[in-house]
Amino acid sequence: MMTKHVRNLLSLLQENRGLGSKMTDSKYFTTTKKGEIFELKAELNSDKKEKKKEAVKKVIASMTVGKDVSALFPDVVNCMQTDNLELKKLVYLYLMNYAKSQPDMAIMAVNTFVKDCEDPNPLIRALAVRTMGCIRVDKITEYLCEPLRKCLKDEDPYVRKTAAVCVAKLHDINAQLVEDQGFLDTLKDLISDSNPMVVANAVAALSEIAESHPNSNLLDLNPQTINKLLTALNECTEWGQIFILDCLANYTPRDDRESQSICERVTPRLSHANSAVVLSAVKVLMKFMEMLPKDLDYYGTLLKKLAPPLVTLLSAEPELQYVALRNINLIVQKRPEILKHEMKVFFVKYNDPIYVKLEKLDIMIRLASQANIAQVLAELKEYATEVDVDFVRKAVRAIGRCAIKVEQSAERCVSTLLDLIQTKVNYVVQEAIVVIKDIFRKYPNKYESVIATLCENLDSLDEPEARAAMIWIVGEYAERIDNADELLESFLEGFHDESTQVQLQLLTAIVKLFLKKPTETQELVQQVLSLATQDSDNPDLRDRGYIYWRLLSTDPVAAKEVVLAEKPLISEETDLIEPTLLEELICHIGTLASVYHKPPSAFVEGSRGVQHKRLPARAGSGESAESPDVGQSGPAEAPPAVIPSQGDLLGDLLNLDLAPPTATIPSVQPSMQMGAMDLLGGGLDSLLGGDIGGSPSMGAGLGAAPAAMPAALGSAPAVGGGLGDLFDLGGGVGMPTGAYVAPKTVWLPAMKAKGLEISGTFARRGGIIQMDLSLTNKAMSVMTDFAIQFNRNSFGLAPAGPLQVLTPLSPNQTIDVSLPLSTSGPVMKMEPLNNLQVAVKNNIDVFYFSCQYPLSLLFVEDGKMERQVFLATWKDIPNDNEAQFQIKDIHLNSDAASNKLQGSNIFTIAKRTVEGQDMLYQSVKLTNAIWVLAEMRIQTGNPNYTLSIKCRAPEVSQFVYQCYELVLKN
Amino acid sequence: MIHSLFLVNASGDIFLEKHWKSVVSRSVCDYFFEALERATEPENVPPVIPTPHHYLINVLRHRIYFVAVIQSEVPPLFVIEFLHRVVDTFQDYFGVCTEAAIKDNVVVVYELLEEMLDNGFPLATESNILKELIKPPTILRTVVNTITGSTNVGEQLPTGQLSVVPWRRTGVKYTNNEAYFDVVEEIDAIIDKSGSTITAEIQGVIDACVKLTGMPDLTLSFMNPRLLDDVSFHPCVRFKRWEAERILSFIPPDGNFRLLSYHVSSQNLVAIPVYVKHNISFREGSSQGRFELTLGPKQTMGKAVESVLVSSQLPRGVLNANLNPSQGTYTFDPVTKLHINVATNCYWQLLSWDVGKINPQKLPSLKGSMSLQAGASKPDENPTINIQFKIQQLAISGLKVNRLDMYGEKYKPFKGIKYMTKAGKFQVRT
Repeated sequence: MMTKHVRNLLSLLQENRGLGSKMTDSKYFTTTKKGEIFELKAELNSDKKEKKKEAVKKVIASMTVGKDVSALFPDVVNCMQTDNLELKKLVYLYLMNYAKSQPDMAIMAVNTFVKDCEDPNPLIRALAVRTMGCIRVDKITEYLCEPLRKCLKDEDPYVRKTAAVCVAKLHDINAQLVEDQGFLDTLKDLISDSNPMVVANAVAALSEIAESHPNSNLLDLNPQTINKLLTALNECTEWGQIFILDCLANYTPRDDRESQSICERVTPRLSHANSAVVLSAVKVLMKFMEMLPKDLDYYGTLLKKLAPPLVTLLSAEPELQYVALRNINLIVQKRPEILKHEMKVFFVKYNDPIYVKLEKLDIMIRLASQANIAQVLAELKEYATEVDVDFVRKAVRAIGRCAIKVEQSAERCVSTLLDLIQTKVNYVVQEAIVVIKDIFRKYPNKYESVIATLCENLDSLDEPEARAAMIWIVGEYAERIDNADELLESFLEGFHDESTQVQLQLLTAIVKLFLKKPTETQELVQQVLSLATQDSDNPDLRDRGYIYWRLLSTDPVAAKEVVLAEKPLISEETDLIEPTLLEELICHIGTLASVYHKPPSAFVEGSRGVQHKRLPARAGSGESAESPDVGQSGPAEAPPAVIPSQGDLLGDLLNLDLAPPTATIPSVQPSMQMGAMDLLGGGLDSLLGGDIGGSPSMGAGLGAAPAAMPAALGSAPAVGGGLGDLFDLGGGVGMPTGAYVAPKTVWLPAMKAKGLEISGTFARRGGIIQMDLSLTNKAMSVMTDFAIQFNRNSFGLAPAGPLQVLTPLSPNQTIDVSLPLSTSGPVMKMEPLNNLQVAVKNNIDVFYFSCQYPLSLLFVEDGKMERQVFLATWKDIPNDNEAQFQIKDIHLNSDAASNKLQGSNIFTIAKRTVEGQDMLYQSVKLTNAIWVLAEMRIQTGNPNYTLSIKCRAPEVSQFVYQCYELVLKN
Repeated sequence: MIHSLFLVNASGDIFLEKHWKSVVSRSVCDYFFEALERATEPENVPPVIPTPHHYLINVLRHRIYFVAVIQSEVPPLFVIEFLHRVVDTFQDYFGVCTEAAIKDNVVVVYELLEEMLDNGFPLATESNILKELIKPPTILRTVVNTITGSTNVGEQLPTGQLSVVPWRRTGVKYTNNEAYFDVVEEIDAIIDKSGSTITAEIQGVIDACVKLTGMPDLTLSFMNPRLLDDVSFHPCVRFKRWEAERILSFIPPDGNFRLLSYHVSSQNLVAIPVYVKHNISFREGSSQGRFELTLGPKQTMGKAVESVLVSSQLPRGVLNANLNPSQGTYTFDPVTKLHINVATNCYWQLLSWDVGKINPQKLPSLKGSMSLQAGASKPDENPTINIQFKIQQLAISGLKVNRLDMYGEKYKPFKGIKYMTKAGKFQVRT
């Protein structure tokens, strides 16, 4: 290092030989000869003021280039007592640098400081208190307290604002002292200061102190202080605005109104020229808008207002762009709707710095949707011909990610990749093969036609990842590649020179091949097994080799099941940030955490704790009285069956407004262990599908999940009055109706819902239709913010209340919920008639599934028809509407059957016995007042019943029959 | 907050350091030097660099890296904005921001840095306030100071420091009162092979030079304010008034400042003032390639396109080019790879053609052949053409100032508005 300085100085000397050098500060560097210190000492002690000042300047100049001039300490301090402000400032500069190494000497300066703190000139008072705080010597800090206390109450705001920062400095040196002296309280008082700059600095100082005391509650934010901060926000400097905005972001408003009013007052900051102000404002808005009801006009306005400032950040200097892009990446994941029309601003300019290019690329993929995919692909293809190899590789990968993200574009992506492979540019080909492998995993059996082209490039692959990918493809599709054995054999030759990745892949591929074509490849498989187990030092490889060997030798069928099992599909989510982390990062927009996409706790030195920030919850459902019509106005147009969530579907999150239409009793049913059993049966199977590693022991872990739920519920205060009713209702114990309730089945497997598994059934209890759900969290992170919405359906089923999941659902936990349903929702005929499409939202995403409910759900309690009416109606309904069904294998007599059916609101009106045959006449009324009439014939000794159903709406007959069968058989 | 600042020159030497809290050893910069070494181009150094105990945030301006050291969680944009402010201040004070200028004024630099940041908190960053605290060096003042021993440090608390208009000091006096506004628009565009626009946007600014006596209160209104839906204002602009009436109302800072910057996005149609016809091709198996480039004016609203400069990085493997410009001069430097023009943040390309003005009657062209290295295969990449140009008296977005009024003072100022359109990052793919 030292040599560097010397070089510096020398070059400086040469540069400044010219005439001008005498005029400029560079002359201070010119004395580098021996005895310099001695010379300076003499000059510092000179009688002439001018000489003194020049000497101090020389000392400072030496200091700036890292030279040690601490030996001059006493001489420099002697110059402190002066009325020349420049000289004073220079001495202060020196003091700050060296006081620590000369603590005893530093005491000499104290008197002057104390005196300067009383100076009539506020500039000098401020300067003194400011410098004193920078001298990090314990002995001095004791003397600092009194002057500081005075300065904090100084009449001049400039002094007060400087003193506020000084408290933070002092706290850094001696925290205990600051607390003992009560400076923290004084600082808190300054938040109410009349001068906005003082407020801003007090906030900044408190924030810094609070960082080292995470639980100190120093910044006790309440509506009054918030109001003061918002007032100061408009009038203080840009830096002060940043401090205040960052502080505001820690506040949690009481309700959506307060949230909105804060947002309204923060929005103007989006037009500030300072990008840090803009981004801090974005943070506040992103956090607080979480609390706003989505149907609010203002919510939409706010969303629109967020886009332009974010776009503007991208026209700033590249360093600013980079930070902005990292944050936009988060924002796009949280709220893709903000920037969904701004794809073009993320197009890469060829002279963007590489770090900007890569970030833009990432965001382009996140914004890719069916609507813009053509444009995106054209761009990516363009990038793939650029000069920078790293960037080209990323561009090729991006094409693959697009294929996986936007299903409709997969074909186009594949053909683009094939075009790129045709260029024969080596690294392009290799990247393309790696991503095509991923595409195969996402869309199995769809694009195998390209395998031939891939095989042509086999020889050019020299990177392990590409080789491994190619081998995987050959193994996976061995049955369709005629010369698969030759291809794999060619890799086998240099087995020991390959990287582990390739070796493992080769082993698996050959075993796959063997299982598919056992006759021709026996030799090959033996060869690879012996290579892997006997000649390799790599334990992973050896272990895998042994496993295969044993599997193949003991149970080839099992081997087939394991090795050729169906693989879980990969999806776009793999590169999404985990939702809880994302939420936390959104609360930290603009910080280092947001740049690194790591939790803030990873950034603070040492053991200082960090409070985890969460987004506030949306305005509670209890307050939805303000918008009672939302439930009907915006039902989600849920597509049928399970659909993997995709970019454009996320947009539905907006439409999916979940305010309940009425204030019905919320019902949470803590029906303990029952759910857990089902969960093991249904859920686990689907989860384990194809996963070799999953052993039954996993079940134990899952089964133990639904812990302590009732206790947690009891303590949840939010439910209010409804809670009392809740248990009576939900417990389902004393219900007299013997209505049959089917066991829960899995409606939404965890695999398709990012770890959320939903199983459920329907029940009618005491005239109330209920959907009993078991929500199981099989993901790694906590799930919150559940809500549910139905699509229109044949009988207008709709949730009668919100989905009450009061506690966050932790990993491996199951919660049982009973959702009361009403039949007053919008009606649309479904196919099949009893199909119900459901959307469930949580903090992670929206998921869709469909299920079918038994029609008996809709059989009302007053469905017993008068005999006369029955007869008349029966005759009245045309014979064409009559349908006949056989119910087989029922071993009940007519009375028992009749009783059983009554439990499900199928009422027997009359019974006739003709020739040993019991005729039961029955009626059923549906919630939408459709009457169904039935005649059931039971022959003693014959387990098969004949059922004739007559109804004005013959479509329902079949479903009524299904109910009969269900009820009678269970 | 900001702990320390290191200035590093282009050859990788630290030539100034400043610490606002305790001293951080300059060895922390080793992490920066590592990143610098890894970067293929000087501007590819990542802006944020983690080290075990600190974070380094750097900006590159005027071939100097400004490396800030931070220890705790600090908004990086805050640091970057501040660093840019430091650069602007240096430039404001010394005319240029170079290593030599900084060393020539090292004491002033030190005083400035001390005044701008206190314990890592920004203290005074407004040029007006700083200039009252620390007078900028002028040759005259330096001479006078050397002779009389007077100081360039202000003795009084700057008046603007705490006023509601911190950007303006009281008691400003001019004999000639003038207010000039420059509307400057830059077009950023990517044009594809076939000549159609992939993306185009306009970055506009209104820079002002206001030298008015007293406390003038100005209003500026536009013929078509609707164009300005994405704007960033100088803090002096009254935001409420803009929201309500779309009028810029402000008490201006004294001297030069940027009143507002705006962004006209790609969703509005952006006029493209020049077109390029190009044919850059290589034949398979031949060591010769063809190069043809013709420029022409497109949507220029009848104004002349001037100061046109075309540059392009020809594919690797191109050894020489034998070209013939119909006007202007061209340089082709096959030896030196990629010079960086840091000021504009652009590559100084291998091929550069200084065209001058485009005459619509006689379109400028550059034609000829390129020769490839012997044995080199046909290049994979297509060169991108960078175009710079200027159009005087035109704001390409169509933005027009309606009127400028002054309140609060009695005299009549000179007023002037100038328009100009420039190419920003204007790229044509081939």
